[in-house]
Amino acid sequence: MTITDTTTPAAGATSRRLTTAKAMVDAIAQEMERDPSVVYLGEDVGAYGGIFSSTTGLLDRFGPDRVLDTPISETAFIGLGIGAAVEGMRPIVELMFADFMGVCLDQIYNHMAKIHFESGGNVTVPMVLTTAVGGGYSDGAQHSQCLWGTFAHLPGMKVVVPSNPADAKGLMTAAIRDDNPVVYMFHKGVMGLPWMAKNPRATAAVPDGEHVVPIGKAAVAREGSDVTVVTVSLSVHHALDVAEKLAGEDISVEVLDLRSLVPLDREAILASVAKTGRLVVVDEDYLSFGMSGEVVATVTDHDPTMLKAPVQRVAAPDVPIPYSHVLEYAVLPRPERIEAAVRQAVTG
Amino acid sequence: MTTETESPGSVRADSGQQHLDGATRVGLYETMVLCRTFEEAILREYHADKGPGFDIGKGLIPGEMHLSAGQEPVAAGVCAHLTTDDALTATHRPHHLAIAHGMGLRAMAAEIFGRETGLGRGRGGHMHLFDPATHFSCSGIVAEGYPPALGQAFAFKRQGTDRIAVAVAGEGASNSGAFHESINLAAMWTLPVVFVVEDNDWAISVPRDAATAVKSNATRAVAYDIPGERIEGNDVEATWAAAKRAVARARAGEGPSLIEVHTLRLWGHFEGDAQGYRPELAEVPSYDPIPRYEQILRAAGLLDDDAVARAAATAKEKVEDAVDFAKNSPLPDPASATSYVFA
Ligand SMILES: Cc1ncc(C[n+]2csc(CCOP(=O)(O)OP(=O)(O)O)c2C)c(N)n1
Repeated sequence: MTITDTTTPAAGATSRRLTTAKAMVDAIAQEMERDPSVVYLGEDVGAYGGIFSSTTGLLDRFGPDRVLDTPISETAFIGLGIGAAVEGMRPIVELMFADFMGVCLDQIYNHMAKIHFESGGNVTVPMVLTTAVGGGYSDGAQHSQCLWGTFAHLPGMKVVVPSNPADAKGLMTAAIRDDNPVVYMFHKGVMGLPWMAKNPRATAAVPDGEHVVPIGKAAVAREGSDVTVVTVSLSVHHALDVAEKLAGEDISVEVLDLRSLVPLDREAILASVAKTGRLVVVDEDYLSFGMSGEVVATVTDHDPTMLKAPVQRVAAPDVPIPYSHVLEYAVLPRPERIEAAVRQAVTG
Repeated sequence: MTTETESPGSVRADSGQQHLDGATRVGLYETMVLCRTFEEAILREYHADKGPGFDIGKGLIPGEMHLSAGQEPVAAGVCAHLTTDDALTATHRPHHLAIAHGMGLRAMAAEIFGRETGLGRGRGGHMHLFDPATHFSCSGIVAEGYPPALGQAFAFKRQGTDRIAVAVAGEGASNSGAFHESINLAAMWTLPVVFVVEDNDWAISVPRDAATAVKSNATRAVAYDIPGERIEGNDVEATWAAAKRAVARARAGEGPSLIEVHTLRLWGHFEGDAQGYRPELAEVPSYDPIPRYEQILRAAGLLDDDAVARAAATAKEKVEDAVDFAKNSPLPDPASATSYVFA
């Protein structure tokens, strides 16, 4: 088994180049082999293989008793996952888009997330809620949201947000083995889907065999010394692109991939900002009351004098995600907006 | 039983219970043709610039696209009894219903192309068509069009009118809480609602039989003590007849009804869906309801080559005008991206 803090596979381990989707499936399949109590259920996870390829091949391998297509009854089947988890199974339940949380939120935040607490720690809910997030392909206001800040705001569930194939595998393994409910949020744009805009960072080396990435550990995706960009998910890719570009102008950008919002790796944020003194937070979720504010508060609660310049936040400006491409790109944290914020942070 | 006199080419639809005259029958056909012509144009435009390969986010119409080809009998049969003062709430697959309900094609097409002249000024997209002029709306969240229809019916009733609300959902939606809560509440409060279920056998890749415990959603209507009918065979005339009864009941203040139509998803769930999960795929085109209805009306002497060509040409002209309008309309100004969040 490899346990890594970073996204680099351990020395000596073999690896394969996989898309994020395939890496995710790899982890699920390995855990299903290892633990008969793991099942996967949701809409179109069987013959279709998941609308975003999160379960490709699992039905053929494990059969319809362990890979179950559900009716469009999210409250019922997420609740079913909770009950099964309470009785010792390790269900993985897919909510096709995070945007659909509205129809089943009660099971998620009043039940899945609170049972352990309300039972005084006597009842555990070891389940994984997988869900697709993110926009950028004109799917409109009900199919493009990230909403991780909402999940993270509600106590009692871990929230992981992988940005690359190796982490997708390692975090999935950790999530399945975790005794807590874990919301596993995969951005459609990092999955390496053949029917979306090509993303070279969505295919990368993934360690073979068991691979665990501990939940709650951020990764330095790129080291730098002038400014810290703290982000997650697809925005990590954009931040890395910007960092590469600005390296040519002698601006040294550190990119911190949080990988999970709950628990939040505050130490990693502080360590990086202590080094650079400048902070840009990039969040594809809504600006206010969310991840970006939490990251900034982590720094200012600790020591505001760490900051040599005002913080820059690049997020969706508190507007539903518009359909029309030109409007959507105006509100998403596209590389141009990230670059402008980084320049502002280093000159400000 | 109606007492209307029968004109040439008329039939008694639905086991002879409703009289359907020749002009109405041709009207149903023309509505279906218009709906299909629109979908074919969107299909063409959608795929025109997705390449190389297929990138869902590319082109003049990016994003998911759920087309309604094959489901025209539902739209034509139900909407024939409505005026634009009646409300209609639809699904992620809304175009046929919007057209049959009388939505202006230009503003609709412009919304689908994401233009400033669109119904939602390009903010909404094809799953989010809101038209105050025809009291039409739709939602991308399955079954969530049912509850708002109750409120529109509630308002119409309070306002002392005989206007009604029609709520449409797929058979997949019938297993959600919103579906059941809505029917119960409408029944309890005797709201003027017609609930319509479009059973196209599939919820994306999940067949009806693998997801729904009842063979017919008419059974669910029984559970809430309201009239329920299931129409087999994607039959536009039987749908028309059932809708006539349900609409009359709602207008008369007698409360809601449910109609399930066994219809057909002629194409994929969304564009780009290879439908590998669909065993009957090769046969699907042979079930197309439009050529079938055309044959019936030809046999009844209501359509001939000329009439068919005229219907096609009229529809094409309207649709291409709308598409041209959309393509020649300005895109929204990116500087206005944060507008319209609040009134
Ligand atoms: C609450 C919710 N769950 C899941 C989805 C994803 N989804 C969109 S359409 C669809 C299938 C709907 O099937 P049905 O209601 O039969 O309508 P059809 O697509 O066949 O017209 C699903 C699962 C959604 N949009 N909303």
